[in-house]
Formats: sequence, structure tokens, C-alpha cells
Amino acid sequence: MHDFSYYIQLLLAGITVGSLYALIAIGYTMVYGILRLINFAHGDIFMAAGFFMIFISSTTSIYVSLPIVLILTVILGVAVERVAYRPLREAPRMSVMISAIGVSYLLQNFATYYTGGLARPYPVIPFLTREVTIGSMTVKALTIITPVLTVILVVALVLLINRTKIGMAMRAVAKDQNTARLMGIKINNVISITFVIGSFLAAVGSILYFSNYEQVTPTAGAMPGLKAFVAAVFGGIGSIPGAVLGAYVIGIVETFIKANSDYAIFSNAFTFALLIVILVFRPHGLFGEKLAEKV
Amino acid sequence: MSNTVLRMEDVTMQFGGVVAVNNLSLEVNEGEIVALIGPNGAGKTTAFNCITGVYEPTNGQIFYRGEVLVANHPQGKMKKLYAGENAGKYTKVVRRAPDEITRMGIARTFQNIRLFSSLTALENVLIAQHLHIKSNLFGATLLSQLSFVKTRARQEEEHMYQRARELLAEVGLEKYENEVSGSLPYGIQRRLEIARALATNPSLLLLDEPAAGMNPQETRALTEFIVEIKDRYKLSVFMIEHHMDLVMSISDRIYVLDFGKLIAHGNREEVQNNQRVIDAYLGVAEDA
Amino acid sequence: MKQKRYLLYSLLLAALILAALIAIDNSSLKSSMLSTILQKGAIYALLAVSMNLLNGFTGLFSLGQAGFMLLGAYTYAILTIPVEARRAVYQYFDGGLVQFSVPVLVGIIAAGLVAAIFAFLIGLPVLRLKSDYLAIATLGFAEIIRALIQWNTLGPITNGSNILRKFPTYSSLLFPFAVSAVCIGLIVLLIRSSYGRAFKAIREDEIAAEAMGINLAKHKMMAFCTSSFFAGVGGAMLAMFQQSVQAKYFTSAMTYEILLIVVIGGIGSVTGSIISSFLFVACSEWWLRFLDAEHYIGKFKVPLLRSGFRMVVFSIVIMVIVLFYRRGIMGTNEFSWRAIEKFFKDPFGRKAREEERKKVTTSHE
Repeated sequence: MHDFSYYIQLLLAGITVGSLYALIAIGYTMVYGILRLINFAHGDIFMAAGFFMIFISSTTSIYVSLPIVLILTVILGVAVERVAYRPLREAPRMSVMISAIGVSYLLQNFATYYTGGLARPYPVIPFLTREVTIGSMTVKALTIITPVLTVILVVALVLLINRTKIGMAMRAVAKDQNTARLMGIKINNVISITFVIGSFLAAVGSILYFSNYEQVTPTAGAMPGLKAFVAAVFGGIGSIPGAVLGAYVIGIVETFIKANSDYAIFSNAFTFALLIVILVFRPHGLFGEKLAEKV
Repeated sequence: MSNTVLRMEDVTMQFGGVVAVNNLSLEVNEGEIVALIGPNGAGKTTAFNCITGVYEPTNGQIFYRGEVLVANHPQGKMKKLYAGENAGKYTKVVRRAPDEITRMGIARTFQNIRLFSSLTALENVLIAQHLHIKSNLFGATLLSQLSFVKTRARQEEEHMYQRARELLAEVGLEKYENEVSGSLPYGIQRRLEIARALATNPSLLLLDEPAAGMNPQETRALTEFIVEIKDRYKLSVFMIEHHMDLVMSISDRIYVLDFGKLIAHGNREEVQNNQRVIDAYLGVAEDA
Repeated sequence: MKQKRYLLYSLLLAALILAALIAIDNSSLKSSMLSTILQKGAIYALLAVSMNLLNGFTGLFSLGQAGFMLLGAYTYAILTIPVEARRAVYQYFDGGLVQFSVPVLVGIIAAGLVAAIFAFLIGLPVLRLKSDYLAIATLGFAEIIRALIQWNTLGPITNGSNILRKFPTYSSLLFPFAVSAVCIGLIVLLIRSSYGRAFKAIREDEIAAEAMGINLAKHKMMAFCTSSFFAGVGGAMLAMFQQSVQAKYFTSAMTYEILLIVVIGGIGSVTGSIISSFLFVACSEWWLRFLDAEHYIGKFKVPLLRSGFRMVVFSIVIMVIVLFYRRGIMGTNEFSWRAIEKFFKDPFGRKAREEERKKVTTSHE
């Protein structure tokens, strides 16, 4: 058996991964709450942010690149909404989902084309990758910063949703779009803001994620995206605390599974098994609400 | 004469804290046309939904031709919330899915038309005959389309088409056979929905506001139509309706619902002159 | 009369296609790009139609296709690898557990059956979920199946994450066409039967369908298992076409491609799925290939054209169709000789409009 510090390291790694999933999961859960749309392209926006960083940091310094990457990712997210989802707002749900799949397909193919398909190395961000010593363990600063930053951002977001006017507008639109519109709420703005927040968090997540994994490929967003979505479903789609909780559960369990080489291949499958279990026994997730249809 | 076709006993439907139908008891006898009237929101459609299995009543029993169709009593969370009466009376629990209830002989139409809108009128009526099919998936797939071999599957298919066309002709819709049902005029759609319900070969027909949106002329035609099909297909009819001329001209008996509770019951004279009904719903004719 | 005439047309068309295929088969075009496109097109046509049966006709948004294709491909391969070759293929697993092999047709049918059985088991919990959740649940199951097949412990059966090869494949172009034609024919017969109508009812309005006596669970399961059966058969064909199978390639991207084919062709149109499959394969493998190579006009290098551009253009075209031509090529229409005859008699609808105008003006008198 391994000693205690091994398990602590694993746990820390799990928390880090969980935090990253949380940042992505929030984007999914917010968009689903408002549009009832599974934004399949969200994981690819996360991947695009990674590439933005690579290309921009080759021309300017890291510290200038960071805010630029955040802004570009947000622009991309909002653009996707405008071009691919807004025109289909009155269309049946399947159409919008297919559109999301199409966007995902396009983003991945474009990334493959632009980069030639090979993995590109992620630039080193000193204050994230330098090593820190805690007690007997040495970890990257990243491992500490990630969960802390995530918690700060989540708390800020929850405060925004619950204490501000715009947050109330978002909750109203999520509950009942038509009535919200009748009350004078500008739906398009609320939706755009949702995508801004989601994309911003995905961009932050991508900076932390790729600093850890050190390289970006065009398909790098697919799996994390899918897992983050499962986290959102697990926690109750539309519930931010739920998505975060789900993300940590998945991140930690997955890390422990991966550490055991016999079952490593199942690390992804675990996530899906969790999804099935939740969908079968409690489809509205841990904190979600049941919806009924009028006959 | 009375063979009781449908009997509701103490049926209560509660959603959370809201009691939509409150201890409703009523009967429909063989060959009758019974109306259920009352203001909007009184619980009429909810009562229908309990009969057809869309909702599971919170309490009470429903009998169809003497057999228990549906039965329930407050359970779990509902035990504390239950606001109706006779909570302990019914111990049996019988659940049935809507398709099973239809197969037993109860058919319905919907308040907001629920046709298969991108399918043709003929297809709508064909689908409603599927429940009686005897061929299985393989038989129907492999054999029902072959016109040159008279297998049982083929005969069933041809019979379904024949019956569908007959029904459409009965309701006067034969020329709309290949029209997409969602694009048909409103009054035609309502008639089509009734034809579709008839295709399931019911003995009890539940009509939810069949005359909704119709002008007086159409309503008169519908009135005659209902009596005709009742006689021709040996049906009992239970109908929710707001058009009082329709209700008063053909109903044998009328039940009046208000806020989920039964406030009156009887034939048309009794109901028209009932003060509670007048206050809650009918009003009085203005004197000149 | 009309029916006989149309039957004649259909037979003629079938004969023509058959002749063309035989000609290609026996000529130098046999190993050409055209032949590849035709084979892959036929296989994808079956996959698209089977997915359309479930998603388009029954309205069940399932994203598990790749999983069932994978099951079919592996079942076929595992059962048909000749016994002598097993030692080499299953080199890390002592020749593997399965030490017999079955004829090709048995393998194909087994492929479909295994897929259908898994569909049944998966369908039990999953089919009652709402559409978006059904999509993700089926996607999840496909991923779980993919992981399971690559699991080393099951290696003696599946060869783990190693490639499966040396199984029998077909020699003539006619084979995939024949198998696809038969399968698609069966699906069309199903759609036109009473059960097919029941599926459409479920797509249109579940509550009304139930009220008309249709048992939702039973019929959804029928649609799911049937669709998966044919996905399994398609998977087996794909294995034969590629002459090797490896689980890691059967990702959700494969499901998305088939879904996009279905959408382009028209959700709810079998003809559309067939046409769209051939177009899709032709475009992605062949016609747009030039976009991937560097081209020069004189000394001027045309910008943008390099490897990968083809897929980008392709993805954009798909987005355009999804956004502006949602009904796809065929909408919900099917191929009909009547429509073709009408077209030839009156190509621009001019005569029909004249008739309408005459009717209106005379009725006013």
C-alpha cells in the first residue's frame, strides 16, 4: 500500500481536476437552465481558448495574452450563440441540439486545419507552474490556485445570481421565458450574458487545465466537456452548486480510478455510469426540480 | 335499463396543496349522454385525465362496467397533505396506463386538439386502429405490404384502411383523406379527432369540449352528429362542454362542477333552475 | 395502370443500377475512388436509415449509434476470424477464447442480434427519459461499451485495445449494396406497416398516441431494438469494408456524422438518408479533396488550401444546411415516380398555375 501522502496527492489532484470540470460545468448548467439546450460546443470553446493562448502568447508576453484570451473566448461563445442558436430558438429542440453538434464539429475541424492536427505545446505561465512545498509534499502552484480560484469565482457567481438585478433576470428567464419577456426583460441580453459568463469561466478553466497538461489538441475539449456536462446533470441541471458538487465527485473518483492501472480504461466509463445511474434513479439530479407537462 | 358503464366514487385529485377534483362521485349509464359542466378551472379535464389514466387520482375508485379501473389512496407525502375526505376508505391500489384503458373500451378527445399534426387525416385514423392488431412486428413488416398474397397480416392492413375510409366518410371528411391534418380548418380537425377516437372501437366516448371554437351552425351539426354516432356505434357519451345549447339539447343528465366539487346533478330542468349553478356558472337570462 | 407502370420503372431502375455495379466490379474501376465511394455510401446509407428510423420516425433522440455499430463490428469479427488465424490476431491473449468461426452471413446476423440484445438491456432504463436526457444517456452507454470492449480482462474475447483483423471480407461491390438494399427494404416495409405508423404517432404526440391505445414502452423498445439491429449489421459491413476493427475509432464523432447525414437528407425521409449518405461520402472522401492540397495558379499560391480545409468547408456547409435548410434535401418526402412524372410534364409548375388561375376566374362568374 502507499503511504498517506500519496493519497493526499491523489486527492489534491482530484480536487484540481474537479475544479476544472466545475468551471466548465457551470457553463453547461447555466445555458441549459435558460435555453434547455445541451451546448455540445462548450467543450470545444474550452479547447479554442487553449489555442488562443498558444497563438497569442507567441506574439506578446504572457501577461498581455491572458486578458486577450479571456476576451476572445467570450467573443467566440457569444458569436456561437448568435449565429447557431438564436436563429433556431423557435425550432424543435432536436434542431438546436443538432446545431450545437454541428458547431462542435466545425470548431474541431477548424482547429485541426489551422494547427495541422498535431498537438501544440502550451506556453509556460510561471506563477502557475512554479513549485510550492507544503509540509513534505511538492506540488505545482497550480494545484493550490485552481481550487481556490474556482471557489472564489463560484461564490461570486452565486452572489451575482441571487443578489443582483441581472441575476434575478437570469433566474426569471430560466423559469419562464415568455413571462419574463412580458415583464420587460430583454431575453437576448440575458442569454448573451449567460454565454459571456460561461465562456469566461471556460477560458479560465482552460488556462489552468492546459498549464497542467502542457499541450493542446483539437479534440482536447471533447472529453472534459462531456464529463462537465455529466457533472451538471448529476447536480441537477440548472443548479450551479449542484454542478460544482458533481464536478468534484467526478474529478476525485476519476483520479483515483486512473491511479489504479487495471481499471484505468474505465476512468471515463465511470463518469458515464454515474450519468446513467442518476438519469435512471433521479433524472432531475441532486438539486434539480421536477417538471410536469400539462395535458 | 341501467347498466352502469362508468362510476366514479370519491375521486380526489390533489397536486401538492391544490385540490383540483374534490371527492367526485358520478355515473354514466349504458346509452346515455352525460354532460360535465362548470366554470373554467373547475377540474373537469382533470377528472377526465383521472378516468383515462393520464393522472393517478390521489384518492378514490373508478369503475368501468363493474370492474375496478383505477383505485388509490393517499400515500407517502400525500398522507399529510391530503385535504379531501375518506382518506382511509380505499385500500386497493390499481394503476393502469392510458393505452390499457383505451384498449378496455374508453376513448377520448382533447380540450386542445391533439391530432398527429404532420400526418394525414387517413393516417391519424389508421393509427387509432393499431391497438387491435393481431400480427406481431415481424408479421406486419414482412407480410402486410404484399398485395398479391392474402396473408392474415395483409388482410388486417386492408381492413384497417377500409375502416379508416369508412369512418372518414361518416364524419364527412373523405376528401381530406390525404391532407396533412395540422393544416386542416379548425372545425374539421375537431371532427377528425372524434373520428380518430371512434376508430379505437370504444364503448364509452369522452369528449372534452367538442364544440370549442365552433359557430352556432357548426355546433348544431355537431349536436346531431353526436346523437348519430351514439346510436350507430352503441356508445355511451360523457362530455365536457361550455356550449349550453349543445348540452341542454342532448344530455340525459348533467353534473355541475365548481372548484373541484360537485354542486349539482340532474336533468336539464333541475340543473337550469338550481340556484347554486346559476350563481356559480349559468347566470340568468336578462329580462327585456 | 399506374401501379403497374411504376413497378416497371422501379424494376428498370434496379436493373440499371445492378448493371452499372457489375460493370464497375469487372472493370479497372474496381479499386478506384468511385468504387470506394459506392461501398462506403451503401454502408452509410444503411446506418443513416437505421438511425432515421429511431430519431426521425419515432422521434427518439438517441446518440448511441456508434456503440451499436461497434458491437456489430466486433461480433462479426470475433465470430468469423478463421480458427488458424486466431493465434496471430489474439497474440497477447493466447489465441483468444473463441475457437470456432462461422460463415459470413451468420456472422452478420449475429452482429445485428448482439446489438439488438444490448439495445434491449439499455433501453429498459433509458427509453422513458425525456429527449435531451435520452440523448446523453445513449451517448454515455456508447462510451461505456467502448471502454468495456477495450478492457484487458475481456481481451480473450475482444482482443482488448488491439486491432482485430483477418476476418473474411467481401470481394464484389455488389455485396454491400445487396445487404444494404435488403435491410433498407425491410425498414421501409416496417415504416409502412401499422407498427411504423405507431412509431410516427409516438413522434408526433406521445400523450395522444397513448390515448389511442399505443403502449409507449413496448413500441419505443421495438423501434430502439430494430434500429440497433441494423446499426449492428452496418457495423459488421463497416468492418468488412475497412478489413480491420479497433474500438477506439468508434467514438461519438461517428454518431455525429451519421446524425448529420440524416439531417442533411431530411429527418423522416428514407430516400433523403440514402441520397445524403452518398453525397456525404463523395464529398468527404473525393470531391472536396482538392481543397486539401496546395494549388498554384502560375506562381501564385492559392491561400487557405491545405490539409484539413476540406473538413472545414464541409462543416460550414453542414451548418448552413442545419440553419437554413432545416428540412434537409427531401424534408419528409420520399422518392415517388408520380412526382418525377409530374416534374417532366410540367417542370416549372406553369401549367398547374394556369389551371388554378382558370378555376378561380371561372368560379367568379
